[in-house]
Formats: sequence, C-alpha cells, structure tokens
Amino acid sequence: MGSGRLYLAVAVGGFRRYATYRAATAAGIFTNTVFGVILVYTYLALWDEKPHLGGYDQAQAVTYVWLGQCLYATLAIQGGGAEKDLMERIRTGDIAVDLYRPADLQLWWLAGDVGRALFQMLGRGVIPFVFGAVFFPMALPTDVTPWAAFVVTLLLATVVSFAIRYLAALSVFWLMDAMGVNQALMITGIFFSGMVLPLNAFPGALGEIVRVLPWAAQLQMPADVLMGETDPLRAYAFQAAWAVVLLAAGRLVQSAATRRVVVQGG
Amino acid sequence: MAEPFGGSRAGEALRAYRLIAGMWIRSSMTYRASFVVTVFGNLLVTGLDFVAILLMFSQVDSLGGWSLPEVAFLYGLSATAFGLADLTFGSMDVLGRRMRDGSFDILLVRPAPVLAQVAADHFALRRLGRITQGVLVLGWGLLTVDVDWTTAKVLLLPVMLVSGGVIFCALFVAGAAFQFLAQDAAEVQNAFTYGGTTLLQYPPTVFGKDFVRGVTFMLPLAFVNWVPAAYVLERPYPLDLPRWTSFASPLVAVACCALAGLAWRAGLRSYRSTGS
Repeated sequence: MGSGRLYLAVAVGGFRRYATYRAATAAGIFTNTVFGVILVYTYLALWDEKPHLGGYDQAQAVTYVWLGQCLYATLAIQGGGAEKDLMERIRTGDIAVDLYRPADLQLWWLAGDVGRALFQMLGRGVIPFVFGAVFFPMALPTDVTPWAAFVVTLLLATVVSFAIRYLAALSVFWLMDAMGVNQALMITGIFFSGMVLPLNAFPGALGEIVRVLPWAAQLQMPADVLMGETDPLRAYAFQAAWAVVLLAAGRLVQSAATRRVVVQGG
Repeated sequence: MAEPFGGSRAGEALRAYRLIAGMWIRSSMTYRASFVVTVFGNLLVTGLDFVAILLMFSQVDSLGGWSLPEVAFLYGLSATAFGLADLTFGSMDVLGRRMRDGSFDILLVRPAPVLAQVAADHFALRRLGRITQGVLVLGWGLLTVDVDWTTAKVLLLPVMLVSGGVIFCALFVAGAAFQFLAQDAAEVQNAFTYGGTTLLQYPPTVFGKDFVRGVTFMLPLAFVNWVPAAYVLERPYPLDLPRWTSFASPLVAVACCALAGLAWRAGLRSYRSTGS
C-alpha cells in the first residue's frame, strides 16, 4: 500500500468517526446558529456606532460572524480536535503503539485531523453559514475565483490549526496532565483567532501584534480572502510560512520527546 | 417511580448533594497546584467575554446607547448569576454520557434523590473562577455607573443575583431533562445556558424586537438582569413593560423551577436503561 493511500485511509477514518454522532452534530449546528445570531446583533450595534471599523462594512462584519461559526468546529478553534486523543494516548502510554507503526507520527495525526475538519465543515459548519446568508445581509462574492482562493486558504488554515494543537499536545510528554494545556489552547485560540472580534478591528499596537501571530491564519485570512480584503497570494504566503515553521517545530519537539521521555506504562 | 414527598425529602436531597460535592472537592484538592491553576484558567476563559466588550468600547463610546459602566453592570449581574448556577448545577451535561455508558443506573438504585446526585456529579469548585470574575466586573460596574441609589435599588441587587441564579439553575435542569430524549445532543443546552448568559451581557437595545420578545416571554431570561436593571439604571423598559415587572424576577424564577421540575420528572419517568 502506498503511503499516500495510507494517510488517505486515516483521513477517511477521521471523517467517518465524527460522522457517526448525528444527534451531536445537529446539536452543534443549533448551538452555532444561536451564537451566530447573538454575535451578529452585537456586531451590528458596534458597526452602527462606528461604520467601517477595521475596514469592514456591516455586511462584511456579518459575513465574518457566520464564517467564524462555520470554522469554529472545523478548525477546532477552542481545541477538541485530534490533539485531544493524542494527549490522552500520551498520558496513558498508548502512544508507544503509535510509535511502532510504520507511519510518520505527525502525518498520521494530521491526516486524521484533516478528515475530522472536513466532516465538521460539511456536516456542521455549512448550515449555520447558509442560515446566516438567508436571514442577514452578507457580503459574498458572486464570482468563482474568490471562492476557489477561499478553499485554498481553508486548507492552509487547517494545517496551521493542526500544527498549533500538535505542538500543544506534545507538551503532555513532559507535563503528564493535559488540563492546563487545553485551557491555554482554548484561551489563545478564541482570543488570537479573532473569535471575540475581527483581528483587523483590534486597537493600536495590540492589533499589529495579533495580526502577525499564527492564529491570524485561521479565521482572519480566509475571511479576508473570501471578501476580497486581501491579496490571496499574500494570505497563502503568510499561512504557508506559519505552517512550515510550526510543523518543523512539531517535528523537533517530537524527536526530543521520543528520545528523552520514558513512555508511561499502565 | 414513586417517591415520598415531604420536608425531609428536601433535607435528604441537600445532604446527598453536600456529601457528593464534598467528595469531588476533596478529590480536586489532592492536586492543589493543579486546582489553583484551573481556577485561574477558568477565570481567564470566562473573562474573554468581557475582554470582547472592552475591545469594542476601545473603538466606541456607547453600544446600543449604553455606556461601558452600564454594560459592565449588566455583564456582572449576568455572569455572577450564571456562575452561581454553573457551580451548583453546571455538571449536568455529563448526564447524557452516563446514560450512554449505563452508569446512570447506579444513581437510580442509590437511596438518595436522583436530581441531587446528578447535580453534584463532577462538582467542580474551579467554577468559583467564573463567579469571581463576574463579581469583579459587577463591583467595577457598581463603582463607576452613574446611579441615584435608593433603598429599593440596593435591595434589588441581591434579589436579582439570587433569582437570576435560580432561573439559570432551572435552565440547567430543563437541559438535563432534555437529555433523556436526546442523549447525544447535550450541546443543545449550551445554546440556552451559555448563549443566555452571553446575550444578557449586552443591552437589550442591541437586539431585534422579536428576539427580545422571545427571551422575555418564551424563555424569560430578561428577568435575570435586563428588566430589573432597567429600574436600577432608570432606563426605558424593554418592550415597554410596566414598572412592577422589575420586581417580578423571584416569581419568574419560581415558575421556571416548577416547569423545570415537571420536565425533569417526565424525563426521569421515560428513562429506559441501555440494557447492556
């Protein structure tokens, strides 16, 4: 079996695993839609008070909200993707089995997480987004080109999101307990991805900083590409650079962990 | 199932709750450093909502016509009331998991009220972080907001917090009852509990009229803070409600509890074990 087919099989497994829980998915759609409605009202009030905040008009701010609800589970912005299982396997020592496999550890988990993301996008993310487009004014392109560029940024965003969470998961090799790491992932993910407010609406120096951190690759970049607020090539370069840096860091930490750390035994 | 009624029943429930919660506290205190870190983390996570509001007010002077201290007052009331409910009833979303893996049956055969056992299950003292954060914002709001304080307004504050907390508790119980119907769909209740506290952190003027109607008459969240706060801040009442409604929160809370209790009983009666 070619290695490409192996990782494809892992990705399909990730997709099917999440597709199993239909009621949970429906519940997620409902919750994302309710939160979307609440956020839209607060953003509309904010943009009413200050039109063109962060370079967005009201329709663009609304689009940003619904894209955020669409990508919230897709990119596991507050955690809860493949890294959760990885942390558990490191804690219990099951990771030893993974290390024995004739497959690359990082690619294996990336493939599984991409499968998960694809399901969360199609099964959970699209419906709230469509709901938003039907009931609120949104700024969506009618041309195919921005949508194609958007799909590319989504793929890159998925890789960056995984790379961040993979690094966090590896820390459990040393920390043993995942609770604090998960909390840190949640706080940084929600804040720096721009789930509370679009990053381009952050004030002053804080705005300058958050817009160059890797989390900006997750929601802000795809949103700006979709709405034509940034050059797609610039967005790709930014996302790809962070993906390479974070994945490389992940490999470094992984090799340090597997060489120096004694696996937990039961 | 037949359950005896009477005064001793409530006492029994409280005693069971205290014992189970105490056990979970002792277990979390085994790792003291971890406990302190998680309380702090909880405080930070819940504080993100307020950071969002601060970020908004870094760009504007008012939101929906309300100033930052007024919004902080609303936020503090909503977050503290929700924090109280989250601490006492917030672990009920594990109920669906217990039904799936069959461990819910164990709770049914124990000689203690099931609701008390479920509510105290996985009691997490770290949720004090949320209450602390809510109280801090409420305190800051009270210090900075421009209000002519009267005895009635001061007395209304604790009434709001307690009634608000009870309304949210009823929501948690209703959410738990819903899990008897749809075990995997525990997340639906988040839309009402977490969604509820989030929307109450913003002024009612921000939302559409139909939306406000919904959270006043159908799901009476408006009585947690919007309606009584209108009296304290001398603001126009949402939906032009009459003035006396500001003092109706305790009644609304009692009604919510009665409905949630009925839902819980109906859910419990319909429970069929997984059988495996």
